[in-house]
Amino acid sequence: MRHRFELQVGPVAFRVGSAWAGPVAALRRLYAGYPAPAGACDFTVRLEPERPWRRWLRPSVAIRGDYMLPDAAPLALAHGLLAAEMGMNLQMALGQRRFLLLHGATVERGGRALLLTGHSGSGKSTLAALLGERGWRLMGDEFALVDLADGCFHPFPRVVSLKNQALALFDDVAGERLGPVLRGTPKGTIRHLRPRSEAIARMDEPAAPRLILFPRFGRDLAAEARPVGAAEVFVRLTQASTNYVTLGEVGFAALAALVAGTPASAIDYASTEEAVGLVEALWAA
Amino acid sequence: MAGPLYIADPADCVRAVPLEGLTALYHRPSGTTHILAPPAPQILEVLAGSPADADEVAERLARRFDLASEDAGAAIAARLSELEAAGLVRRG
Amino acid sequence: MGGVSDSRALVRLLRDPAAAREVEDWTSLLAIARAESLAGTLAIRLRGVAVAPPVERLLDEARQAAERQRTEALWEAEMARRALAPLGVPVILLKGTAYAAAGLPPAEGRSIGDLDILVPRDSLPRVEAALLAAGWEWVKEDPYDDLYYRRWMHELPPLIHRERDRMIDVHHTVLPLTARPRPDAGALVADSVALESGLRILAPADMIVHAAAHLFADGDLAGGLRNLWDIDRLLRRFGEAPDFWPALRERARHHGLEAAVSRAVRLACRLYATPAPGGWRGRKGADAAFEARLLARDGWGRERRPLLRLAFYVRSHWLRMPPPMLARHLWTKARR
Repeated sequence: MRHRFELQVGPVAFRVGSAWAGPVAALRRLYAGYPAPAGACDFTVRLEPERPWRRWLRPSVAIRGDYMLPDAAPLALAHGLLAAEMGMNLQMALGQRRFLLLHGATVERGGRALLLTGHSGSGKSTLAALLGERGWRLMGDEFALVDLADGCFHPFPRVVSLKNQALALFDDVAGERLGPVLRGTPKGTIRHLRPRSEAIARMDEPAAPRLILFPRFGRDLAAEARPVGAAEVFVRLTQASTNYVTLGEVGFAALAALVAGTPASAIDYASTEEAVGLVEALWAA
Repeated sequence: MAGPLYIADPADCVRAVPLEGLTALYHRPSGTTHILAPPAPQILEVLAGSPADADEVAERLARRFDLASEDAGAAIAARLSELEAAGLVRRG
Repeated sequence: MGGVSDSRALVRLLRDPAAAREVEDWTSLLAIARAESLAGTLAIRLRGVAVAPPVERLLDEARQAAERQRTEALWEAEMARRALAPLGVPVILLKGTAYAAAGLPPAEGRSIGDLDILVPRDSLPRVEAALLAAGWEWVKEDPYDDLYYRRWMHELPPLIHRERDRMIDVHHTVLPLTARPRPDAGALVADSVALESGLRILAPADMIVHAAAHLFADGDLAGGLRNLWDIDRLLRRFGEAPDFWPALRERARHHGLEAAVSRAVRLACRLYATPAPGGWRGRKGADAAFEARLLARDGWGRERRPLLRLAFYVRSHWLRMPPPMLARHLWTKARR
């Protein structure tokens, strides 16, 4: 393809090809400081016109690659960066077999990892990004990569995708760590945030899980935490996993070990500050 | 009540993990996970390697797990047909 | 083997795993292999060949993925067997699931999608009813599609299992009724071979005939490299029997598919070096165009040569339907 970019994020290498220069230039700028892959890439992502003439005429970016969804809607060329991010997520969700993949955000402190997982809109991504600015190491905001042999979480510190109101929380971050503000995307207004350089420098350093939290955001919710039983955790994590079924028995074993060895709580909150307070309190307990 | 004869897979076809009174069961031939409530895991255990009808299963449960009750046969027959739909037992 | 510009690099590696030493661009090679549904097959072929650790990890994942698909496919076949056993009709597994159930060589590392079975045509209503009772449901609700399938295709409209989310295609012959060759479905069933489970597979020559029909008639040759690989592996296994090749010729003629089978064997010989007797080899007619179509994929996994592909697309519909019917079909499809 005309434009290409290769990227190593933790244990996973991507090759992104694009018919246009724009998305690749945006990726290069945002992922400055990330290492280049040492060998073969795990996944190929292609950003290409939906039909040949759509390269120039009302350009729209189809998200394709090794693994594809037949009905994935194309994005406007102005949202090409988002298309690249979605393309990488898609490869992970559909093609990753080396780790048990849990849809959620992970942060680390003192060598141990915290998993935040829940439905989209639960605020887990914002919460993790905020913790990443406040003394925690951000390991990833989209997927937790559970090692199938020892159960540790592997960092996967891609750029964080900040959505809508969350953008305002990161106004004081250095400008070079922020991508362009993308308005009117299918997910609303989006801006990407590069994790702090420590998170990138330590992307090869796994951490053993210590706590699982299921956050739930709601303006009318009272801030509170309640423990969640093992059976519920097991079922919720199978639902949060994109590749539990495809992994078969090794996935079952990894999930059972994670559930048996890690306490879990649900937390409700109405503001991000409340959430940070709950996380710190549960971590200290 | 001589209902159908049920067959379960041998014990090494499943891997079970207890979860607070429930059982997470990985079934190797299908590659699927089932969350089972009692007495389903116990039924599979007494059926493994030796087919039986619902009444016989109820007797075995009573002997092995002390799981006797009025009308056990009918309840066990209902569980067996659920296990059949899940592919964990089949008719002989 | 430096640059990777079409599927030839993949074909060469499948044929000769030792060539792995010369591969420089594994990312492109894997993208092509994935696009052709041959990643698992390639990974099995390369087992034991020394490659760099990141490549070995990816190959290992591909092998595990294939193993997983095998488990799921065999389980789906078993569930269909349980649902249909009370009917007492022969149930013949086709394609990937058949190879896996019978332990045939194409099954190694092969991806397997839907479950395809062949049953006698007069048993269709009972088979349909038994599957519906056991949790399968119709996928399509559209009345034109439904009518089209029932009237002209060689299968029931696809069914999907409501809990397992897996599709089953129930065939009563191996080509659409609209197609000009009319394979002898009765003979396919009559000569099928029973497996230990009670499920059945096609007899060797019929299996080749079906694979060839599937390669050329069932679509526009998309995924053809994989289907041709199946044929190569089957021919290597079956071809050991002394009377196999004449029997294959005779059987292909009987089903009206001699041209398709001959071309499939020629292409397999050219691309995968299948050891076929002299009379089967060579290059005829449009073989070169078929070969180009099969190899039309670039190092990003994209299909190349759009005009050639379009020609094959039109041709595939032409083969399946007489022209007036084709026009009606394309018209109905276009208006939606």
